[in-house]
Amino acid sequence: MIDLARYQDPSTIQRVLHSARTIAIVGLSGNELRASNFVGFYLKRHGYQVIPVNPRETEVLGEASYPSLLDVPVPVDVVNVFRAPDALPAIARDAVAIHAGALWCQFGVINEEGARIAVQGGVPVIMDRCLKVEHARYVGRMHWFGLNTGRITSVRTGLQ
Amino acid sequence: MIEEHDQTEAAREFGFETRQLHAGQRPDPNTGARAVPIFQTTSYVFEDPESAAAYFNLQEYGNTYSRIMNPTVAVFEERVGNLEGGSGAVAFASGIAAQAAALFTLLSPGDHVVSSSALYGGSVNQFKHMLRKMTVELTWVDPDDPDAWRNAVRPNTKAFFGETIGNPAGNVLDIETMASIAHDHELPLIVDNTFATPYLCRPIEWGADIVIHSATKFLGGHGTSIGGVVVEAGTFNWSNGRFPVVADPSPAYHGLKFHETFGTYGYVMKLRAETLRDLGAAMAPFNAFLFLQGLETLSLRMERHVENARAVAEFLESHELASNVTYPGLPTSRYRPLVEKYLPQGAGAVFSFDCAGGRSGGQELIRNVTLWSHLANVGDAKSLIIHPASTTHRQLSDAELQAAGVGPGTVRLSVGTESIDDLLWDLEQGLAHVR
Repeated sequence: MIDLARYQDPSTIQRVLHSARTIAIVGLSGNELRASNFVGFYLKRHGYQVIPVNPRETEVLGEASYPSLLDVPVPVDVVNVFRAPDALPAIARDAVAIHAGALWCQFGVINEEGARIAVQGGVPVIMDRCLKVEHARYVGRMHWFGLNTGRITSVRTGLQ
Repeated sequence: MIEEHDQTEAAREFGFETRQLHAGQRPDPNTGARAVPIFQTTSYVFEDPESAAAYFNLQEYGNTYSRIMNPTVAVFEERVGNLEGGSGAVAFASGIAAQAAALFTLLSPGDHVVSSSALYGGSVNQFKHMLRKMTVELTWVDPDDPDAWRNAVRPNTKAFFGETIGNPAGNVLDIETMASIAHDHELPLIVDNTFATPYLCRPIEWGADIVIHSATKFLGGHGTSIGGVVVEAGTFNWSNGRFPVVADPSPAYHGLKFHETFGTYGYVMKLRAETLRDLGAAMAPFNAFLFLQGLETLSLRMERHVENARAVAEFLESHELASNVTYPGLPTSRYRPLVEKYLPQGAGAVFSFDCAGGRSGGQELIRNVTLWSHLANVGDAKSLIIHPASTTHRQLSDAELQAAGVGPGTVRLSVGTESIDDLLWDLEQGLAHVR
């Protein structure tokens, strides 16, 4: 049984969210009802540069789509994976090859070998967590939907 | 932007007493208000048409209309969801509305539910009559008999339903066992945790998938407001093939797949975006504010409630005019092993006993107490007394009354937080009229 807790550390999650500017979404669908499209749309709204990685698409959410991570012409801060778990080892190897800042695997994208490849290649891993949910948790709007952010703070911040 | 100082608190697991004060709320970003502001507004101005569309599409977390979400109500929802250990929660105008919505979200015509027979009378009415109108079938089972639950499962079964502590007979549900039977059949276990509150028992920790509350009772704790809430654990696999209403593209939401899109809170998002939207039983912001005031002292009140309840139960157990005291916290209770497992800090504060003299004996006691309030509620800080056979359980048949543990002389108590000597004094002088 994979120890997921080590890939769900809140400090790592916040550091990644804080430092990232470019997010390559592997498996980003052009269908606006798919979860990947929801996440890509949301991240664009919140100022991240979203880079679709999907050989079946030419453009998603108004951004050019690349067949693989190796084709992306700019530095990638986060590789966000919406693929079947067994696709993860190959994606992790690509993430290491392009020196990605982090490998972020969405809900259910759980593959221990993939995680090991990334970590050994110096790429921190977040696994079985949703990038949109974690962003909303720390930016604050998730509160508005009665969802359990787990956050406890008496610090006043101007975030909305 | 994510601020750096946020990183210090995220890893800490805060205690229950801290979370009952803070969860779901932070100082208001606009004003710095420390108390939860009451957002008494029906609607919310959109920044631009694109934002409005994103909110209605659920692509972005945004307020649209207070029938569906409200920032004051949301603090209450998150706080209860946090205290129960769930992924999220949705509040409703009453506990009964919450329960109906929890089930409607899962059920289609022709489906089937397995329920404990020892339920609150209002729940029995809802299941027996309202669910039947929706052509949902129901099987009542003895909550203490695991085989009864197992044998009641059919191909069209969609949920198990029970109460942590049954009303009013004090049955304690073996949550872990019933959850495991439900999960063997890929079904969710729904637990009404009203009588225990998350301070005394957190059903999700024992495998429950959905927890519901009448917030009217101990969560609010002061008898001021009617409300309810539904919490999702976040661990149930709604995409197991048995729940197309949650997993498949939703015709009521332009084809959205709630479980795939929202993962651990797929069910509560559907509960809010469709069921609350369409049933309309939204909690009022002011009521949410009062419930939040109550939640701040939940642990303190519950400690006192169970201390007083234990003393009243012991007093009655040794009283010659009282019998069949159902408080599961008594050492003589047949639920003692389950209480030790699920309710180690106390078995709640609502129970019943049979008054000598049957129906007239029970009524004579109620006529003569002067401190206990004769009314149809439980979970107030004030002590309450009622005769279920002529009130809360009046619409039930004799057989249903028996299944619910209600006899002709049964009196139900909700033990409050007054001075214990005064509570015992009043019962004693009331019972003197029964003699």
